[in-house]
Amino acid sequence: MTKQALKQPVRILVMLSTTFLGLLLITFLIGRVVPIDPVLAVVGDKALPQVYEKARIAMGLDLPLWKQFFIYISNVLTGDFGTSVLTANPVIDDILRVFPATFELAITATVIGVLAGIPLGIFSAVKRDSFLDHVTRVIGLFGYSLPIFWLGLMGLMFFYARLDLLPGPGRVDVFYEGIVTPVTGFLTLDSMIAGEWEIFRNAVYHLILPASLLGYYSMAYLSRMTRSFMIEQLGQEYILTARVKGVKEWKVIWGHALGNCAIPLITVIALGFGTLLEGSVLTETVFAWPGLGLYLTNSLLNADMNAVLGCTIVVGAIFLGVNLFSDFLYKIMDPRAR
Amino acid sequence: MKKLFLLAFALCLSAVQTAQASPPKDTLVMAFKIDDIISLDPAEIFELSGAEYAANAYDRLIKYNVDHVSEIYPGIAQTWEISDDGLTYVFKIRKGVIFASGNTLSADDVVFSLRRVILLDKSPAFILARFGFTPDNVEKTITKVDDYTVKIVVDKAYAPTFLLYCLTSTAGSVVDKKEVMAHEQDGDLGYGWLRTGYAGSGPYTLRTWKASEIMMLDANKHYWGDAPKLKRIIIRHITESSSQRMLLEKGDIDMARNLTADDLKSLENNTEITLQKRAKGKVYYLGLNQKNQYLKIPEVRQALKYLIDYKGMEQTILNGQATLHQAFLPKGFPGALEETPFSLDIEKAKTLLKKAGLGNGFSVTMDTRNFEPLTSMALSIQSTFAKAGIKLEIIPGDGKQTLTKYRARRHDIYIGDWGPDYMDPHTNANAFAHNPDNADDAKSRSLAWRNAWDIPEMTQKADAALLERDTARRARMYLDLQREHQQCSPFVIMFQKIEVVAEKANVNHFILGPNFDSNFYQYITK
Repeated sequence: MTKQALKQPVRILVMLSTTFLGLLLITFLIGRVVPIDPVLAVVGDKALPQVYEKARIAMGLDLPLWKQFFIYISNVLTGDFGTSVLTANPVIDDILRVFPATFELAITATVIGVLAGIPLGIFSAVKRDSFLDHVTRVIGLFGYSLPIFWLGLMGLMFFYARLDLLPGPGRVDVFYEGIVTPVTGFLTLDSMIAGEWEIFRNAVYHLILPASLLGYYSMAYLSRMTRSFMIEQLGQEYILTARVKGVKEWKVIWGHALGNCAIPLITVIALGFGTLLEGSVLTETVFAWPGLGLYLTNSLLNADMNAVLGCTIVVGAIFLGVNLFSDFLYKIMDPRAR
Repeated sequence: MKKLFLLAFALCLSAVQTAQASPPKDTLVMAFKIDDIISLDPAEIFELSGAEYAANAYDRLIKYNVDHVSEIYPGIAQTWEISDDGLTYVFKIRKGVIFASGNTLSADDVVFSLRRVILLDKSPAFILARFGFTPDNVEKTITKVDDYTVKIVVDKAYAPTFLLYCLTSTAGSVVDKKEVMAHEQDGDLGYGWLRTGYAGSGPYTLRTWKASEIMMLDANKHYWGDAPKLKRIIIRHITESSSQRMLLEKGDIDMARNLTADDLKSLENNTEITLQKRAKGKVYYLGLNQKNQYLKIPEVRQALKYLIDYKGMEQTILNGQATLHQAFLPKGFPGALEETPFSLDIEKAKTLLKKAGLGNGFSVTMDTRNFEPLTSMALSIQSTFAKAGIKLEIIPGDGKQTLTKYRARRHDIYIGDWGPDYMDPHTNANAFAHNPDNADDAKSRSLAWRNAWDIPEMTQKADAALLERDTARRARMYLDLQREHQQCSPFVIMFQKIEVVAEKANVNHFILGPNFDSNFYQYITK
């Protein structure tokens, strides 16, 4: 291997670790500087002073700040994120337990967003300023500017309360809860593995509304981005050349132009997916969806600092990972970057 | 093609119709905010929903009548005797009680449970520690006489009901010694396991618990008392009031526990849903920090008590979720004072302020939790204060944040609520009218301390009431104490909370007590 080839991974590694360390330091400091006493989360408001003091020492809060940070970092490096006050479990176990729910939702939403958003964007780029373009724009603007919790509540009110078409909040009906043993953590997959088709169907029904809402949101964004990328490409000379050469119009649009939009689109999709993965806090709250977002919110509201820090690290890692991944795809797909 | 579409549509519809399922007949599903639970160990449980869980999953030594709190009756302790000097209590333990594990309950379990509260020294330990029990002396003070007799020796001749009421609280729950000790690790008395485990003998046993998600309870087949009516109780954590309401209206749940005033109002005319109301022990109050140069003036404290629109708030913002109450002991407690001498009277307040030399008013801040109905109450108070020239700045904050500031005595005014820890009047007297040491580094930190209210004389009166062994005379002492407190204290006590439960019309007999540790599922039918 040449020196040059070695340099690249090392550079990436250095970049990753500095970003990570910075992220840790900032979150840690925010956690310690906010005027909230984390001991209260453990002992409650009414504990006697000696109980309070004991808990404070047990949490290491009597040590100087730099020492606390040092201890925390060395624990994290050995994979110990501490214990959650709220659930009494190691934070890492909690995150592993709640994350699949978010992942399942994010994947479904992204699929919906991509399948609807890209064709819509292409159509409105091709039929620029047509009626269809205007309709798409309005739909996109709605999706992008309406608060998602409001859409969620309206969706529930309409499809669940009024029309009776879809089930209410939750990941599955309450009596199906805890029947399927988690293998992948994806309820749809797990129920299939277990052969519990009733539960599978129920889980899919529960997934439809929140996933469509999040999907609508990413569709709105994707269609706008696709449109502008496409317009740019369609104005290029090679398109004209292709048309002059008599290449079929659909091939020009879907093959030539879209092919060249693929790279920036992948970045947009990947980042959008990353955002969905960090837990769509509001959607998960409205739909009582037991994922990372709901876990993070509960922890924040209960001053459960270990859990908050743990989630921050995971979210940070996801973002770094997604960025790296899209860089990597760039390299593969763009001949110039090879 | 058209046919195919129709067929697909029909298929979808038929699938949808069966997608809806209401709870089975023998199961109750409720939506309830349970994210306050940090432990399922009765020696540590101190939160509202945790206390409710313990009340249904564990048995306590002594119980009280939820409608007449002064009536105490036997739980696991069948009878008890108190020595003439008031120091020794002997409890006879009920025979034939079997834990969910199948083990038989005996004096060993009772002694173990009570000692364990002191040895673990978690938040609720003070409820028992107050009687002089320490980790060093429990071997001698809490002892087994024989298999069904327990002897407890306290350090002072307290009012006899004081210990009994304290034993009605969650800290008085009996845990299964064998089961708990089987899970002991490094001398932790099974704490690491019981935090999320179960070792009780109550009407319901724990089946599943996922923090901030779900709790499932099953009827205890071995239960010694009246058999629980429903086979299973499922508690689902749902934060949003509107989501809870929607689920209830659709019939997907049987009961909603955390509806806001708005949502409750919209359910009032729904014939399929009934609202059950019960006054709770919690009071809403303002704490006026005596370190503040204005608030420490007696006339100013008095004036502020006349600047609250009690009636208006009760009828609008609180709308059935609280009732007017102006003394520190809530209605339903022995010795509760029901007089309400204060009402909105701006002229009177102005005169008082003039007397204090503050005829032109002053500026002051109020720390307010971002939580209804507190935020709406704060706005009302701001507008009535303004009528007498007092400029109130509301500082909103999250619960733990305002509490941190309050506990450090850095607030001007704090608006909050306070619930009793056990059913003896001393619980609130201790909070509101007891402050043995007003120094910043004091050991005992009551609400009176938090507001820097230095009251050596009143502290003595509260202590005297605690040691009065004549029940009627003791109640009178608390009445006098509250009358004095009402007039001179830096506490503007305004309301007593009412818990409202919205349930399907076919759900009956959910027993709501004056505290969350006295809400019982055992008799629920549907």
